[in-house]
Amino acid sequence: MTRLLQKNGWTLGLALLFAALLVFTKVIQPGFGLSGLDSLARAALPFAFATAAMTVVVLAGGIDLSVASMMAVASVTGARLMEGATEAESVWIVGFVLLVGLAMGALNGALIVLTKVPDIVVTLSMLFVWEGVALLILQGPEGACAVWLTELIKGGLTLPLIPAALTVWFPKAAVLVIVVVALVWVPVRRSKLGLSIYAIGSDPLAAFRSGISLGRTRIAAYAIAGLFAAFGGLALTMSTGIGEPIPGPYLMASVAAVVLGGVALTGGKGGLVGPILAVFILRLVRLDLTLMSVDPNVTTIVEGTIMVVVVMFGGILAVRGRKR
Amino acid sequence: MTDPAPNTAILDAKGVAKRFGAVAALKDASLQVARGEIVALMGANGAGKSTLVKILTGALSHDGGQILIKGQVRRIGSPLAARRAGLVPVYQEPSLIPDLDVTDNLRLGDTPVEPFRHWCAELGLADLSLDAMIGDLPLASLRILDLARALAMEPDVLLLDEMTAALPADLVDRVLRVVRAQADAGRSVIYISHRFTEISRLCDRATVLRDGVTVGDLAIEPGIEERIVDLMLGEGTAASAVRAPKPAPKSTALRLSAKGLAAGSKLTDVSFELHQGEVLGVVALEGQGQDELFDVLAGARRATRGEVRVNGTAVQFAHPADAIAQGLTFVPGDRAHALLMQRSVRENIALPLLARLSNWGPIPMQAEAARVGAAIDRLQIDTRAQGEVRRLSGGNQQKVTIARWVAKGVETLLLFDPTRGIDVRTKRQIYDLVRDLADQGAAVLYYTSELAEIRLACDRAVVIFGGRVVDRIEAADADDARLMRAAYGLTAQGVPA
Repeated sequence: MTRLLQKNGWTLGLALLFAALLVFTKVIQPGFGLSGLDSLARAALPFAFATAAMTVVVLAGGIDLSVASMMAVASVTGARLMEGATEAESVWIVGFVLLVGLAMGALNGALIVLTKVPDIVVTLSMLFVWEGVALLILQGPEGACAVWLTELIKGGLTLPLIPAALTVWFPKAAVLVIVVVALVWVPVRRSKLGLSIYAIGSDPLAAFRSGISLGRTRIAAYAIAGLFAAFGGLALTMSTGIGEPIPGPYLMASVAAVVLGGVALTGGKGGLVGPILAVFILRLVRLDLTLMSVDPNVTTIVEGTIMVVVVMFGGILAVRGRKR
Repeated sequence: MTDPAPNTAILDAKGVAKRFGAVAALKDASLQVARGEIVALMGANGAGKSTLVKILTGALSHDGGQILIKGQVRRIGSPLAARRAGLVPVYQEPSLIPDLDVTDNLRLGDTPVEPFRHWCAELGLADLSLDAMIGDLPLASLRILDLARALAMEPDVLLLDEMTAALPADLVDRVLRVVRAQADAGRSVIYISHRFTEISRLCDRATVLRDGVTVGDLAIEPGIEERIVDLMLGEGTAASAVRAPKPAPKSTALRLSAKGLAAGSKLTDVSFELHQGEVLGVVALEGQGQDELFDVLAGARRATRGEVRVNGTAVQFAHPADAIAQGLTFVPGDRAHALLMQRSVRENIALPLLARLSNWGPIPMQAEAARVGAAIDRLQIDTRAQGEVRRLSGGNQQKVTIARWVAKGVETLLLFDPTRGIDVRTKRQIYDLVRDLADQGAAVLYYTSELAEIRLACDRAVVIFGGRVVDRIEAADADDARLMRAAYGLTAQGVPA
């Protein structure tokens, strides 16, 4: 039990912080309720997928600066194809967009492995490449989105057989994040691929000597990141109903959430739950500051300060824990 | 598949060659291992041992020669391929993933758990928790886990590279017994070590490499050590005789003294006196408080009790800079902690000359070059790969860590296991250097994990057991038996064995 706590202490702390922030929000804004939670979850959705993508490559000891651009490509590809498509066709389109994401990520990884150019340089270049590709597909914010997709993240959760009152407070958008992450990451984490991703991030030499193919594992990690980025792009299209070729502020936000989420930027340490909780925390902090009518320019200063303080605080706790 | 006759070579590497650009690391290396045989692979640093090991274990490919496994020519393309061919290595550095627990590490390498547990117990780690994070375990345990993992894979040929270098004496004993039992059960072992005592106790044959060429293949018999050393050193490089340490200095100035020093949970009560011109050895089994002692003296950790005096004045160090200012220079056991691996030999040596705030101005290049050059000559550092220290061999790296303080002019040198895992020739150069420094008036505190070094490099020794000094021995009386008894807490006056 104590071991479980120790291992997941950071995530637990984040969950508590998030709960405290929710209570705080309710106090300063008594009207904060279902619709508030719903819009929070929908605003956080693309950030959550961008962060999931970044987390996977950071765990593998890399970084992917092209996450936001890949999201843009996925978003415009989906929106362009869904223009005039039937609902049934749109299911296939979603599948295609996800494959495109997987391919983009795999290409990022393959370039890093084959050219031996550092990941930060390759993905910086790919940031521009994917940005150009997105603009070739759609020149401006246009296109369409299937109705079932927009409905997927609208409002609260209702399940058959269970009274709506019990579940309706939980936003569908949050459910989507949980389901997607669970479907993609849990099988990976439980497999040898997941272990290999942690291994190459933790100590590449030891991993190589344990018989792991560094190249293949790295490409797989980037491909999974591409897949999450594609989900992020689709989430953008779902919430706006159109495709957006210009990448949003998802790159730096995802790095911030990864750090706040307890993932070591050096790789090998952390998980996916922490960073995604961190996304919600950062969104909620922003909301609270807006509710308190704080100058938007001050808001970013506060966000930055929170990150440093939380990470420092966590570091101090970790050192204390080890001494005992 | 037929079982080969007991005498066929299970592994037969012939004329293996490997070039790195213009440098030929291996020219004509051959190594034969028969079933059930333990072969020592020997050679000075830079002889090509590690290149051959990397080729055999799939970390490098070879350019010439051929490798036969059970009579068939094989190319070993990756560590996985090596394992499939029945060759399992235990490398010098742990190859377990620090951020995963033991179970996950086993899963990663497809290691069967039950045999692994069996070997852990056999090797003295019965109480190991499989949930333990690798990063939280001490180095010695990791070496044992590495070995247990390799044994659990039931290899035909087990390759042990400096397996015992970081192990305390009791674990070394267990390891040697287990390895011997493996050979008796028909498995083969390639054993790389700088410790002759282990080789003569364990091995059947020794294959000697020099400058990338196999120069000898000898059966191990009493007195073979000198022959092996001659082969390793080659013609013309006459082995420098073991120096007779000079008698204890006659009441020269007291440079450094400690009284009742305690820190952390391991260091409880250590006192010693170190005089000018003296080399004082420190002997201890793994984890007896020696790490804490050196940390305190180097200013990296504060003592909870006791007193340190430098030149008779009591001192308190809050930072390593305080210790350096008092003339105490610490050379850590882990070279990676002491050097800037990506920078040049010259920069590394010059760094302590510059590392004062008042020196943040322009660097006096000429003066620096002269002092650095003198230090390189003095230590005979091989500067062919001087652009980046990480490209040097381990022995040369170790020399750089000492050279940087020689260039500065050293008063009190704290050496922590300076010869771990380096070859005989470099070891002797380091002993000579330590003696020279002492002759010139430096005081040296010398921790070593190899008991024989006390006679070779030191004037006197203190033995630490359980965080306290249990014996003080003159180098002349420091035979292995007495040191070993003391290191285990069985002093002459104490409990009988």
